[in-house]
This record gives sequence, structure tokens and C-alpha cells, in this order.
Amino acid sequence: MDTIEARFELGRPAFSLDVDLTLPGSGVTALFGRSGSGKTTLLRCIAGLERNARGRLVFKGSVWQDQHGRIATHRRPIGYVFQETSLFPHLSVLGNLDFGRRRAARTGRRIALDQAIELLGIAHLLPRKPDGLSGGERQRVAIARALAVAPELLLMDEPLAALDLPRKQEILPYLERLHDELDIPILYVSHSPDEVARLADHIVALEDGRIVAHGPLGETLARLDLPIQLGEDAGVVLNTTIGAIDDEWHLSRIDFPGGSLWTRDRNLQVGRKVRVRVLARDVSLALDEPGRTSILNIHPAIVEAIAPDSHPAQLLVRVQVGKSRLLARLTRRSADQLGIRVGLPVFVQVKSVALMD
Amino acid sequence: MLSDTDLQALWLTLRLAATTTLILFIVGTPLAWWLARTRSIWQQPIAAIVSLPLVLPPSVIGFYLLITLGPNGPIGHLTQSIGLGTLPFTFWGLVVGSVFYSLPFMVQPIQTAFESIGDRPVEVAATLGASPLDTFFSVAVPLALPGFVTAGILSFAHTVGEFGVVLMLGGNIPGISRVASVQIYDHVEAMEYAEAHRLAAVMLIFSFAALLAMHLWRPGARKEV
Repeated sequence: MDTIEARFELGRPAFSLDVDLTLPGSGVTALFGRSGSGKTTLLRCIAGLERNARGRLVFKGSVWQDQHGRIATHRRPIGYVFQETSLFPHLSVLGNLDFGRRRAARTGRRIALDQAIELLGIAHLLPRKPDGLSGGERQRVAIARALAVAPELLLMDEPLAALDLPRKQEILPYLERLHDELDIPILYVSHSPDEVARLADHIVALEDGRIVAHGPLGETLARLDLPIQLGEDAGVVLNTTIGAIDDEWHLSRIDFPGGSLWTRDRNLQVGRKVRVRVLARDVSLALDEPGRTSILNIHPAIVEAIAPDSHPAQLLVRVQVGKSRLLARLTRRSADQLGIRVGLPVFVQVKSVALMD
Repeated sequence: MLSDTDLQALWLTLRLAATTTLILFIVGTPLAWWLARTRSIWQQPIAAIVSLPLVLPPSVIGFYLLITLGPNGPIGHLTQSIGLGTLPFTFWGLVVGSVFYSLPFMVQPIQTAFESIGDRPVEVAATLGASPLDTFFSVAVPLALPGFVTAGILSFAHTVGEFGVVLMLGGNIPGISRVASVQIYDHVEAMEYAEAHRLAAVMLIFSFAALLAMHLWRPGARKEV
């Protein structure tokens, strides 16, 4: 019962949405795809904002829409963060936050207004009008406003898309706190692989209004048959733990199931859980154990699958390292010269990893 | 200075304009909201009907209202059967005429203001738990406030300047239907140019002040929306 069942059909002149999926009732689920793939439309269907969408929506056992009708948006226990600034210009920041909170006559209030204000760090903005806020501040207020209604489901439509890189960096830590501190499910629309890798637990990949893949993030990203256009950003995400710190060389060891990697020390405590992203372009393969090399991270591995990459000169190779999987990007020529084939024992060299926290 | 009959005519004009504007706010606001948000096929025809008084000669409006509200018209039958008598040549007859005559001046600015708000704030309000009626009063009306101010001033001033409809529908009864514009006409007919000058000057100054107030309001309005 702890799931979100969503089946929607929606036809428009140049676009149709046809999806049927079951989403987990906890964690962050990323709706991922290019613009025009239908991810925002799907989110709007779940919010009840698409009047013409037919289908069925069951949220944790309660029916929000079926063939008999649908619950109006204002009666659904949701919070919604829109892509661009959506603050009411005639109200102060506090007025905006209060707007939803006062109307949320919902039981089981999990997030108090104070907590939302604290979580997003906006206490100093409360008396101001939205006019005078920066883009990043506005979006933080919009997120806090969505939380202040004590939603049971948080819907976020590319909350960072309208912001420049520094503003994104400003908000991402807050989103990660949401992920860590809230126990409500979050549906997060994004076309940015980086955001997805940092925030998502599950991923739903959409293309032309259809679902092309969905599942837990790690597994889904390591699939080679996906038409997800990650392009240069193809890679995997590993959930790791800081295993050791090497003070002399300023390195920390991060452990993942079946192996470990050395990376630059970022003052993280031993035992801390971190999510890391290993891009396929930073992973190379060797047939013999490399001897004298500058690369620190070398592991024995088995080739599991080989697939074409976004460029005809390249291949993506999935290897198994212990219980985890990595993707490596190779040229076809190298793969041919090394005789790379499924089942071949190789050594992976990982040049760098990106810590997500 | 102004004679008693002039003052009476001015007072009547102000009462008529105030009453008309009040009724137009009540009638015009929902109509403007509907016109701004509906996707019905009736949107364009209704919008055209609302705009008719902009192009029709006032005497035509007055003529049709006279027929409809008169003793043999459908509305006339109705008002007679509920004991109100007939509306032409009464103050309320003028109010009905003025409401039709000034309707586009109320509806169009408000409709434009509602349209410029767009769907987004309405959707945001819904996701924050506000019902459609709640959204209308707590979001749409405050955001469209500059449009309401413009609409109120235009409707009031336009009703003050009304002449043809009044003459057709109300005649020229002192204290009941002799508004300022008709009074000026009477002065001129009677060759009382000095009196006509004074009353005309009052009207000129009033109209200028009303439009000035509207334009002074606008820069602030732009900033807020």
C-alpha cells in the first residue's frame, strides 16, 4: 500500500502522454528526460492540474483519480514547487509561507512552518517582498512554502532550471537536506544528470511521453540498453562509506560493496555515508595489472556487457567490481586491440570520482 | 455661480454614476473573470456583446432599452407584474441604461488584468490548498487591483459623460433624469451660454481629474504586476 500508482493518458495535438507505473512511497524519485519528454506533464497530472488527463492515481491506498472522477488539486495533500518563480507578488515572504499553511487543514502535520524556514535558511527574508529577492532566495522560499502545507507528497518541477550555476550550488545542499530529513516521497523533475545523481533514489526515464526505464538509481544508471541520453555524463552512482583517512597524503578511502576507492580528503568523518558518481569517461580498462601508473584506484573486474556509445568511435563497457558495477568508456579501436568481450577478466582504473555531498 | 437646478443635475449625475459603477463592479467582475478564463465557444460571442456599446450609437442602445423596459416589452411586463411599474423615465431606468452603456469600460480593463495574471498563480494557489473561490478573492483580485481601479474610474467617468441613452430612456425630468450633460444641452437650447459654460467647465475639470488620477496610478501598477 505504500506506493504511488499512476496511470495516465493525455492527448494533445503534437504530444501524447501514456504512462503506467508504480512509484515508491518514499525517497526521491527523479522524473528524467529531455524537454518535451512529458516529465512536467506527468507531474502536473499527479497534482491534478491537467484537466484532460484520463487515468487512475492511487496514493498510498487513497484514490485521487479514477474513472469516476478526481479529487481537486486544492484537496490533495501535496506540495508543488514550480520551475520558475511562483511567489505571490502581493504578499511578503511570510505572507506567502502562511498562505498555504493557513489553508492546510490537514491532520498529521509533519513539517511545521518553523522547520521549513529553518531547513531552507530563509528566516532573515520573512518581512521582504518577493520583488527584492534573488532568484535563489525566491526558489528557497517557494520550496519552504510547499513544505509549510505539510504535504504528504512533494512535487518539484525542475526547481533549479531557471537558476545559474552559483544559485544552483546554493540550493542543492538544501535539497539534499530535504532528502535526508523528510520522510515524505519527493517526485523531482529534472533533465540534469548531475542533479539526478545527487538527489535521486529512483529514476523514471521518459521519452516522447512514454516511460523507457524506471527503477533504483544505481541499477538503472548501470544499464547499457537504455536510450537515456546521458551523453558525456554516462556513469554510475555508488553509495559508499568513508572507510579511512590518510592524513599524510590528504586522501580518504571510500568503501563500496566489493571494493574501495581513494579520493581527495574533504574533511568527512570516517563512517559518514557519501554518494559518489563515477563517470564512464574516467574509467579505463587494462588486460594486465598496471605496474607503474599514476592511477591510484585499480581493481580486478569482469566484463559484463558491451554496448554502443553516443559516438560511433566509442563503446560503453559495464564491468563488475565485487558486488558493484562501473561503466567504462573505450574507443572501439582499443576494445578491438585488447579483445574486450563479455566474461573477460580485466583491471579497471578509476581516474577520479565525484563526491555528491 | 451654479443655479439650484444645475446643482441638482450634478448631484443626480454623481448619484447615477456611483450607483452604476457599484453595480458594474458586482456584475462586471465575475463576467470579466469568466471571459478571461473560459475556453467555452461562447467566449467570443459574449465578449462581442459586451463590447457593443463601444460602437453602437447611444440612441440605438437607448431605443432598444426603451422598447424592452417599456410597458409592452418583456422586462416591462416583468417589472409591472411584480409591482415595480415600468423603468423608463425613472432613476433606476437610467441606472439600467448606464450599466449597459458603460459595461465594456468595466469589463475590459478587469478582463485584461485577469488575463495578464495568467494560469500560474491560480495553479499555485490550488496546490497550496485554496479553493477556486478562495483563489479568486485572495489571489486574482489583489493581483488585478490596478485593473479594478482603471475600470472603476473609466466606468464612473463614462457614465457621467452619458447623454444619448439618458435622453432616449429618461427624457428630461428635473431631479429624476435631468443629468448634467442634458442640463448643458438645455442651457444651450435656451441660449444661456454663461450657464452652459460654467457647467461645462465643471464637467471638463472632473473628466480631466479622473483621467489624471488613472494615469498617475499606472506607474505603480506596472511595478507591482
